[in-house]
Amino acid sequence: MEPLTTSEIILRVLYQFTPVWIALVIVFAASIAFKRRLGLYGKLFDSPVGMIGFALVMFWVFTGIFGAMDLIVTHDPLAQVSGMKNKPPGTPLRSPGDGEYAWYLLGGDNLARDVFSRMVKGAWIVVQIAPLATMFAFMVGITLGLPAGFYGGRLDTALSFLANLILAFPVILLFYLLVTPEIIATGVPNYMATVLFVFPIVFAAVLLNSRFYTQPRFRTPLLIGVLGVMTWLYLSLISTGGYLVNTPAVSIPALPEILDLFDVSGGILVVFVSVVFVNSPTVFRIVRGLAMDIKTRDYVAAAQTRGEGPWYIMLWEILPNARGPLIVDFCLRIGYTTILLGTLGFFGLGLESESPDWGSTINEGRRLLSRYLHPVLPPALALLSMVLGLNLLADGLREESLKD
Amino acid sequence: MGLFILRRTGVMIVTALCLTFIVFFLTNLYPNLEKLAKTQGNFRMSDEAVTSWLDANGLLQPLPVKYGQWLGVLPGWTRSGEDGVTGRCFIGAKPASEAAAEPRYCGILQGDWGYSRVFKDDVSTIIGTRLGLTGKLMFWVLVLMVPSALLIGVLAGMREGSVTDRSLSTFSIITTATPEYVSGVIFIAIFTSSAVGLKWFKGTAASAMKDANFENFFLPVLTISLYGMGYIARMTRASMTEVMTAQYIRTARLKGVSFPNIVMKHALRNALIAPFTVIMLQVPWLLNGVVIVETLFNYKGFGWALVQAAGNNDIELLLGISVVSVVVVLLTQLISDVGYVYLNPRIRIS
Repeated sequence: MEPLTTSEIILRVLYQFTPVWIALVIVFAASIAFKRRLGLYGKLFDSPVGMIGFALVMFWVFTGIFGAMDLIVTHDPLAQVSGMKNKPPGTPLRSPGDGEYAWYLLGGDNLARDVFSRMVKGAWIVVQIAPLATMFAFMVGITLGLPAGFYGGRLDTALSFLANLILAFPVILLFYLLVTPEIIATGVPNYMATVLFVFPIVFAAVLLNSRFYTQPRFRTPLLIGVLGVMTWLYLSLISTGGYLVNTPAVSIPALPEILDLFDVSGGILVVFVSVVFVNSPTVFRIVRGLAMDIKTRDYVAAAQTRGEGPWYIMLWEILPNARGPLIVDFCLRIGYTTILLGTLGFFGLGLESESPDWGSTINEGRRLLSRYLHPVLPPALALLSMVLGLNLLADGLREESLKD
Repeated sequence: MGLFILRRTGVMIVTALCLTFIVFFLTNLYPNLEKLAKTQGNFRMSDEAVTSWLDANGLLQPLPVKYGQWLGVLPGWTRSGEDGVTGRCFIGAKPASEAAAEPRYCGILQGDWGYSRVFKDDVSTIIGTRLGLTGKLMFWVLVLMVPSALLIGVLAGMREGSVTDRSLSTFSIITTATPEYVSGVIFIAIFTSSAVGLKWFKGTAASAMKDANFENFFLPVLTISLYGMGYIARMTRASMTEVMTAQYIRTARLKGVSFPNIVMKHALRNALIAPFTVIMLQVPWLLNGVVIVETLFNYKGFGWALVQAAGNNDIELLLGISVVSVVVVLLTQLISDVGYVYLNPRIRIS
């Protein structure tokens, strides 16, 4: 078979993305049709910058999801096909089997794997980890930042010192110290996960209790239900094989294996924990600053006069009024987390070396960069466009939220 | 002001102590020590051999004691064996009489930064030379980044919403969205590889350590500057647009002052106060970029040393590096605070 020409490659790549295009069109048509009823999200479709950003982000989100369902990928991202080592884009397979895709659309990498499929699978890793890690970082930052800004005083001094301590650490040094097999063996990431992942539960508990504590009949079942589910998820998250930490020196039993919903492998867990750990202090500082600013407003004084408790004021008066900057920062921070994940991959930390995530692929390809460009450029451009989309989205949101 | 600086210095020392203790703790966890013993000795060591090697090197003492010795507030360990006395403060085994003559304390406070097991050299020498190389890189980064970022920001913020503004803002957003390992790889691909064939620059900066010229040094400098540039430019733009809507600018316009004059004489000074703090706070971020770019371009500076030390668990070098980087981070924060007060007459005079 002949190798594909450039235009054929482009057409075929676009064709592979068909499910993504369909999903994008549906989302955009629905959103634009109902944009007046969708609040801030709907307003996004008034700003061209925001729309471009949203399109880029959703493109990669859908690519990740459909890629995980094996819809877009043409080959197994880990399979090595003989004779395809470092082959340029559009090279046909030597002897494609029945039903096997006959070309490597974007060429083969150093180990004769399909670059295109790896890039698509890499999107799934980012889409899985980055928003979730950012959300955890926000939970930690909000739960600690609100009281620090609201009460001030010693609590604020102590928490700010801790935050500055983490911020003074060069991120890469921290990654090198935390994300090594030796550290995983000591169980340090498990301890950190145990502490960091408590915060969403604390947050939810305080949030619901401060709102409904006047109606104990409604509150008590609600709290038991929500906290029960969250604690179960929490315990499944932090325990592996029935143990919280299982090293020769220490072993702490946790949830029995029968009740364990899912297992997170040590590599992913440590990446997740360190990304949350690095992001939380910045979120803390933003929330603290916003809380200090907003607590002087009249509606806070009104709530105080009404006799509301401090946590109600923090979570139901201050937090909703700080949502604009926080939503914008959330978008920017997902982008930053994506960059951090890439950095980890670039230094070969955390995820296994054969993992198709973008950072690791860039790291693998850069050694042969002077001769073969095609294994490196797709993941590099993918990462660039995704972070760019998030930045544009944040810009559009900021613009639209400032309008009213 | 004096009190302020004094207090900040106090906080800085406490922070540095906490951070080094954390690094000390993490590097001294048993699996890390085991790996160290095996790389120093041989990989097939039995568990007993590992323990005895660690014991002979004073690594099995309690953590606070080791930390105190590293700081220089506790006397360094000594151990008498068959062939004489070994100790922390001198290399090799010596007869007891000579060992007694050696200094008892040897830590940071005595100016002894320790010995790097990977580079087989004193930590202070390594940090000195590597920091010098990175200083050269950083200097050129600042020379390229700051003026161009300010220029872009001022040009974009001068007339809000104009075509110049739109295109320059897009450019700065793109640069903030491009981490160094992406832009560096793209630059290397376009400008140095034989696949594209431009070959304008060199893909490695190893030769720039001795003799830096445009050909081998421009790409690393550009890669680091671009990432920081967008952020500073956006800050400058925001502050410039704010100044341009101020009352005194309108007054000047109504008096008939020409537009270039308004920008140069009236707006610029006030618009540059905010970016100053941002530039100083950007320095710690540059440190990150330095690590990536030095690895990518094989420029053996401070960031490269960090990667080597961390990858090989070179405890004393890592501690030295973290002390230096913490001091750099905190010092820039201090300068940014002091500078902000100094530049802003509203705060300085009140």
